[in-house]
Amino acid sequence: MKKKTVGKVLSQKSLAPGIYDLEIETCLAQDAKAGQFVGVYTKDASALLPRPISICGVSDDKKSIRLVYRVAGKGTDEFSHLKEGDDVTLLGVLGNGYDIDRIKTLGNSDTPVRALLLGGGIGVPPMLELSKELSTAGVKVISVMGYRNNDTFLLDEFKKYSDTYVASEDGSVGTKGNVLDAVRENGIGFDCICACGPMPMLRAIKEFAGDRTAFISLEERMACGVGACLGCVVKTAKEDAHSHVNNARICTDGPVFEASEVEI
Amino acid sequence: MINTQVTIAGVTFKNPVMEGSGTFGSGMEYSEFVDLNRLGAVVTKGVANVPWPGNPTPRVCEVYGGMLNAIGLQNPGIEVFCERDLPFLSNYDTKVIVNVCGRSVEDYIEVVERLSDEPRADMLEINVSCPNVKEGAIAFGTDPAALSNITKEIKAHTKKPVIMKLTPNVTNIAEMAKVAEDAGADAISLINTITGMKIDIERRKFALANKTGGMSGPAIKPIAVRMVYQASHAVKIPVIGMGGIATAEDAIEFMMAGATAVSVGMMNFVNPYATVECVEGIEKYLERHGIEDINELIGCV
Repeated sequence: MKKKTVGKVLSQKSLAPGIYDLEIETCLAQDAKAGQFVGVYTKDASALLPRPISICGVSDDKKSIRLVYRVAGKGTDEFSHLKEGDDVTLLGVLGNGYDIDRIKTLGNSDTPVRALLLGGGIGVPPMLELSKELSTAGVKVISVMGYRNNDTFLLDEFKKYSDTYVASEDGSVGTKGNVLDAVRENGIGFDCICACGPMPMLRAIKEFAGDRTAFISLEERMACGVGACLGCVVKTAKEDAHSHVNNARICTDGPVFEASEVEI
Repeated sequence: MINTQVTIAGVTFKNPVMEGSGTFGSGMEYSEFVDLNRLGAVVTKGVANVPWPGNPTPRVCEVYGGMLNAIGLQNPGIEVFCERDLPFLSNYDTKVIVNVCGRSVEDYIEVVERLSDEPRADMLEINVSCPNVKEGAIAFGTDPAALSNITKEIKAHTKKPVIMKLTPNVTNIAEMAKVAEDAGADAISLINTITGMKIDIERRKFALANKTGGMSGPAIKPIAVRMVYQASHAVKIPVIGMGGIATAEDAIEFMMAGATAVSVGMMNFVNPYATVECVEGIEKYLERHGIEDINELIGCV
C-alpha cells in the first residue's frame, strides 16, 4: 500500500563531493525492495513535487531505508542539510523493483545463477540493495561499478555480497573507461545483467546484452510518481498495459524494465 | 444536518469536490490513497476515439509554486476506457464525469456517441482547452465561433449533460463562457492550464520536449479565482472552478467566487489525500460558521 508519510532522519553523511548518504526511519521500509524508489518532499512550498530517489538499502529490521543521492538542484540541496532527528516527508514505496524470483530462473540449474550488476555514477546506489537481496537469495553476484574518478562511494560495501570490479572515466582506479570496458577486460561471465546509470550507458548495455536477459532501471522527469499523470513514459516494443500506445509509465510499470522491452 | 450537496444540470453530487481531469487517471491509482466514495465526482483523464501516444519526454517540469506539463493527452481510446475504466468506477458511489478530447469535431462526436449508452458516465466534460496538442483541443477553445460550433454539435449528439472546459489562454473569459452557454452547454469548467515555458540554462535547452507546457499549481490560483468570478457572473449555467486548489480554504474561495463545484488538480501529485482533506475541511468550515447549506457560499462575495 502506497502512502505519504513522515519519517525521521537517523543519520546523514557525505560520501563524496555532492554525494550524500541519508538513513531514514520510516514505515515504508516494511515493503521496500531493491529497484524501488521513494518520493522525497522539500519543505520549500515553491518546490512542490516529490523528488524520486532510489532505495540504496533497507535495514535488516525493516525499520529504515537508506538513500544515497547526488545534489542536483534546490530540492536535493535542501535534503543534504537534513540532520539526525529531522522529519522528512516521503511518498512510497514507488515502482516495481527487481524481480528476484525471475532472476533466479535465468541460469542453468547445475550452478547458481550469475547476475552481473552494473552501476554508473548515481546509478550505483540501487545496485547495493540488489546485490544484498540477490546474494541472500543464493544468486552469485558480480558487481561492476563505474565512477568518474577515485571517489568510489559505496564500492567497499559491494564486496560483502559480490565479486567486485571498478571502472573510472579518468583511470584513477580500476579499468579506465566504463563498466562494459571493465566487464570485457576482466572476461566476466554471467547469466543476466541488472543495470542502473545514465542513458548512454544503458543503451550500450542493451546492445551488449544481445539476446541475454538484461534488466535496466530507468529515470525520467516525474510528477505524481504513482502512474496517474503519464509524465514519465518510455517507448516500449510491445503495447503497454495502461494506454495501449507503446508508452509505459516508468514510475509504476518500471523503473525496472527488461532491456529488450524498451526502446531507448 | 448540514447539506453539502450541489446540483449541476440535474446531476446531484454528494459534495462539490472533484479532481481535475488528467491529474487522477480514472481514479484507480489514487484509490490506494483515498476512498473514492468520499468524492463528489471522479473526473477522468481525457479520452479520445482512438488511443493517443502523447508527446515525447520530458513531459513535466517543476516551476515556482507549480509545474508545467505537456503530456499530450496520452490515452487508451474510448473502447479500452469503456471496458476497463468505467466498470472500475462502477464499484464506487460517486458521480463520473468523462473528459472527452479530440482533434476534429468528428472525433469528439464519436466519443460522445459511444458514451451515450454508458449509464456510468453521468456527465461529459469536453476538453477544448488542452494547450499541448497541435490539432483540435485548444483551437476550439480560443475561437468563439469554433467553441460555439463544437458545443452545438456535441449537444446535438448526446442526451448527457455537457460541461465545456475552458482555457484561460484567451483575452475575455466572460465572452467565452457566454458563447458556451448560448450554444447550449449545461455547465462550464475552468481553468485549464496556462501556457508557459521553462528553459534549462545549464543545458541551454527547453525543459520540456514540447517547448511549451500548461502551468498548474498554487501559483496560478489567483488567476483562476478571478476567471471563475468573471465567467460565473457572465452566465446562468453552473461553473466548476479549478486552478491551484490545495486545501478546503482554496475550494471555498472558488465557491465564493461563483463556482458550484471545485476540482483539485496538480496538488493531487503533491498530496494524494488532498481531495478528501478538502471534503473534510469544507464540512468543518460549514460547521464552524453555522452554515446549513453549502449552496449559500456559491457566489456570495
